[in-house]
Amino acid sequence: MALLDVQDLSIDIAGIKPLDAIGFTVDKGETLGIVGESGSGKSLTALSIMGLLPLIGGRVERGTIAFDGMELTRLPEPDYRRLRGRRIAFITQNPMTSLDPVIRVGEQIDQVARLHLGLSGSAARRHSIEIMERLRIPEAATTWHNYPHQLSGGMKQRIVIAMALAANPDLIIADEPTTALDVTIQAQIVQILGELVREKGVALILITHDMGVVAQACDRVVVLYAGRVAESNTVSAIFASPRHPYTQALIGCIPRNAMERGSLVGIPGLVPSVARYPAGCRFHPRCTRSESLCEREVPVLERLASGAEIACHVADKREASHA
Amino acid sequence: MPSLAPLVTIRDLNKVFESRKGLFGEPRRMTAVNQVSLDIPRGQVTGVVGESGCGKSTLARLVLRLLEATSGSISFDGVDLLKQSHGAMRLLRRRMQMVFQDPYSSLDPRYTIADALLEPFQVQGIRLARAEARQKVEALLAMVGLDARFAQNHPHQLSGGQRQRIGIARALALEPDLMVLDEPTASLDVSIQAQIVTLLEKLKHELGLTYLFISHDLNLVRYFSDRIVVMYLGRIVEILPDAKAAPRHPYTQTLLDSTFAPDPTQRRDISKLTGEIPSPYNLPQGCAFAARCRHARPDCLSRRPELETRSDDHAVACFHPLTQP
Repeated sequence: MALLDVQDLSIDIAGIKPLDAIGFTVDKGETLGIVGESGSGKSLTALSIMGLLPLIGGRVERGTIAFDGMELTRLPEPDYRRLRGRRIAFITQNPMTSLDPVIRVGEQIDQVARLHLGLSGSAARRHSIEIMERLRIPEAATTWHNYPHQLSGGMKQRIVIAMALAANPDLIIADEPTTALDVTIQAQIVQILGELVREKGVALILITHDMGVVAQACDRVVVLYAGRVAESNTVSAIFASPRHPYTQALIGCIPRNAMERGSLVGIPGLVPSVARYPAGCRFHPRCTRSESLCEREVPVLERLASGAEIACHVADKREASHA
Repeated sequence: MPSLAPLVTIRDLNKVFESRKGLFGEPRRMTAVNQVSLDIPRGQVTGVVGESGCGKSTLARLVLRLLEATSGSISFDGVDLLKQSHGAMRLLRRRMQMVFQDPYSSLDPRYTIADALLEPFQVQGIRLARAEARQKVEALLAMVGLDARFAQNHPHQLSGGQRQRIGIARALALEPDLMVLDEPTASLDVSIQAQIVTLLEKLKHELGLTYLFISHDLNLVRYFSDRIVVMYLGRIVEILPDAKAAPRHPYTQTLLDSTFAPDPTQRRDISKLTGEIPSPYNLPQGCAFAARCRHARPDCLSRRPELETRSDDHAVACFHPLTQP
């Protein structure tokens, strides 16, 4: 059984339905990438799992979120509170929103360990410094005493990751954890997250718009478009033979090494706003292969023998495995 | 083509910012751009890449004299920019324009798109008859792939990509020779980034423009540029003569290693990557990258390497440059 199993998840925020029948699973020791452009529903998926939709006036309308056998959509708030930060940790894009500016960064990590693991003051500090060292924060014992404003963006993000790790969570949801960082710092953070998954068997959901980060760090990928799953597959299959025209186009947008000038192709048009989702396949107005069926009928997410999933009327769904 | 003099020649350019911590604090000096010399050849894309604090955006603003340089010289088509009066500079700005990262903050929310596109003419004191103005607006919108109906819209009615198209159209209004593009796609989704980059390529080809293209994204710079200038903490550390040239400066190699290809078969081992970008307020005496450099030797800590051009137009500021196979 997967650690996290999301099925048929649809949500409602003040009458609009930004997520429609989203589903995926994540296992221990696995990194799942959730990719898509702005407005695809990536962050709302994270908020749904964290049980934080009520904060933005939303609710789960349909579907299930099973975490280690528990059904989260029916979990009472006090129980959820014991889960959040303890077993499911959340890392956001901007580390400053997760850090209290007037508390020493080490103290903020200690708090997590004291609250969730019941450690005493000195044990919590030892625990924090150990985590900081594992995240390669230089002079961890000294940095413990710093305030957030004294640290660089990359170092602040490491502190946020240290807070996320302090309670030894089973699942980490990282929402664009490196977007605000410089590339050399981004690479270090991606490396650190990868080590956690491999060495501690943590399950990681990496939400990103960056296909380079996905290719570097993920085992499997879910591609979201306008609140629906377009395609999901292993990372090697997604990049080697993307099936959905949206996935193909998304990969074609990224300048890469040795690419000839003029070969970059954008996707025409825009991601539709949630109030104006088109009928049928939501990608059809931007799709180069759209047919009349695509304008009328919502494509069903089909599960192929290999475990790949695809929602498209025109994509090739044959699999080479029988050959 | 190569016989033509560069459109812009920058020599020994410096920009020092001074700030004070509190009223009685010690003044602090930060050299954002340090002894930068660079040619921007006509009709080409000169890419400038680097991380936060490397001085790339300051350099962009210095080239257009939106910021005053502390010392050095900038020659634009033979004219010494830093010696020009404000009036002369205003006239020269017809020939040099800038596209900013955030098109929303560079467009007045109360202006219609038509007003925004006609503003450069007003600033320059160019009077247009009503019919002529309408024609200009329509031609500019068409040039950036937008329908004429956008003329009466306001910025908030446009998407980020459409607003950036307006930013580009506005820069094109006075038919400039040089466009300085400061991270023009950094706040856009990749699908829209690709649209904008494709548009910029087309415009360059059709109008014979010269670009100074500033970005933090090495893959994008390599795709788009003829020459690549790599900056680190205010200085040029390497100039790659073409997009496919192998890096010789360890910092450029680090940038390359940190840039993930959208291809899981090319995963990189980044476990050796360490260190932070030092504060620009107290730079080390030697090479600014030495503390993070795996190839650093004692001389790198005590002396600073100068940018030296090799025979193949490849310039590098490093005592122990990488030798690529």
